[in-house]
Amino acid sequence: MALKINKCDILIIGGGPAGLEAAYHAAKAAPGLKISIVEENFLLGGQLIKQTHSFFGSKNQFAGKRGFEIAELLMDRVRKNPDIDIHLQTSALGCYEGGIVACESMAEGCLKEFQPGRTIVAAGARENMAPFPGNDLPGVFGAGAAQTLMNVYGVLPGRKVVMLGAGNIGLIVSYQLMQAGAEVLAIIEGLPMIGGYHVHAAKIRRMGVPILASHTVVRATGKSTLEEVEVAPIDKNWKIAGESTVFQADTLCLAVGLTPGTELLEQSGCRMAFVKELGGHVAWHNDRMETSRPEILVAGDVSGIEEASTAMLEGKIAGLAAAEGLSGLDLSDEISRAQQELAGIRKGPYGEKACLGKDKLCKLSVR
Amino acid sequence: MRIDKHPVLHFEKGRKVQFYFDGRPMTGHEGEAVTAALHANGVMVLSHSLKRRHPRGLFCAIGKCASCMMRVDGQDNVRTCILPLREGMRIETQEGKGRLK
Ligand SMILES: Cc1cc2nc3c(=O)[nH]c(=O)nc-3n(C[C@H](O)[C@H](O)[C@H](O)COP(=O)(O)OP(=O)(O)OC[C@H]3O[C@@H](n4cnc5c(N)ncnc54)[C@H](O)[C@@H]3O)c2cc1C
Repeated sequence: MALKINKCDILIIGGGPAGLEAAYHAAKAAPGLKISIVEENFLLGGQLIKQTHSFFGSKNQFAGKRGFEIAELLMDRVRKNPDIDIHLQTSALGCYEGGIVACESMAEGCLKEFQPGRTIVAAGARENMAPFPGNDLPGVFGAGAAQTLMNVYGVLPGRKVVMLGAGNIGLIVSYQLMQAGAEVLAIIEGLPMIGGYHVHAAKIRRMGVPILASHTVVRATGKSTLEEVEVAPIDKNWKIAGESTVFQADTLCLAVGLTPGTELLEQSGCRMAFVKELGGHVAWHNDRMETSRPEILVAGDVSGIEEASTAMLEGKIAGLAAAEGLSGLDLSDEISRAQQELAGIRKGPYGEKACLGKDKLCKLSVR
Repeated sequence: MRIDKHPVLHFEKGRKVQFYFDGRPMTGHEGEAVTAALHANGVMVLSHSLKRRHPRGLFCAIGKCASCMMRVDGQDNVRTCILPLREGMRIETQEGKGRLK
């Protein structure tokens, strides 16, 4: 495979909201720095492009607009900046000595080597699996995957759906499945209560979809694709506590949380820590999004599972911190304004978990 | 199944193109994910697990889980969920671990 060497000052891995904002703000604060984004998908925008509902939150993070519209705005301002170049269909494979990052370009069929002064890892997260027999049958999807199929490509994942998980993602994706024309038979939740916003849950209930709390999926069956989903009540120790119900369904969506995609960070020798509130293992980082390796920064879901508006702000902070380090400019005022804004967003009831997680991280030492 | 009417979204699709799945001609839209085109044609089984040969389908749709790896124009282990469809593409289910070319 041919090898191409690419020169840049800041390399950003991942073109979701965190990566796009990192690029935009770094380029804006320190004109002349050369910034590259590598994104393994053929589309920019990460998870935001499949979100069709209006966002809550602050005006600076575009509250009131729909997710895919926000993604368009972020992409547009990055594309317009001549200091930023974008490599689509390009996967970062590993970080090596001297800050070298090796990437594979699927589009060009070659290896690309970057030697940036700073690397910002904004690689997002992946959806969790749930343990039950038959969880690998075609027709069992991550809820986000079902959302990608229907909202990005206009293809309905199936006609009759069972959703596992009544957090925000489970509730929102259920609603969107019905908007797209599918029937949602039930939402199954292991905990005794609903985890997501009550406005979402109320909307779902009004549409006649039962939300079965203290229940779980026992097994999924079907010859070559999903045909039946068996569901049973459970007690607080997650032991089966009653008779099963069987749903005839061609689709089962799993909305049981996300795990940060930290492989590159772990591989590059960043100090890692397990923080439950952030979704699992994350790279240690400070409030400027700097990791234990001076040339590597993080932003967005890869640094702890949260939401799009916090990913954007973390991206901004990481972009500014990287630009400051390389340009010698003093960007501390701008950085602290973004930090305050981020703290403001996390003050809401759903920011509690992230606050707790990020605090735990700060209390750990760098080494 | 393609979604015809949607209350919020309008789908801008590429031109219609022909491609092949295990030798069978199918149509899809240029530039959509290969897995989306396959799904719209009713193809749910994309691969098989290595040991027990369980059928596997689309699971993550963002290039992270490996259950959509297929042979594309002779190349093994292509993540078809993050591959844009092109005219004439030959998509095949791949047996085993595949070969390095
Ligand atoms: C189903 C679902 C519904 C959601 N709903 C909401 C919501 O309603 N409101 C809200 O605020 N948030 C929501 N979120 C969360 C929000 O989408 C994420 O928090 C946000 O997108 C995180 O941004 P990010 O940039 O960190 O990661 P992502 O958006 O995941 O972007 C990461 C990008 O990195 C790329 N990448 C990964 N690895 C590599 C690599 N090795 N090389 C190159 N590129 C790579 C990926 O392809 C991806 O494009 C939802 C998330 C999901 C999964």
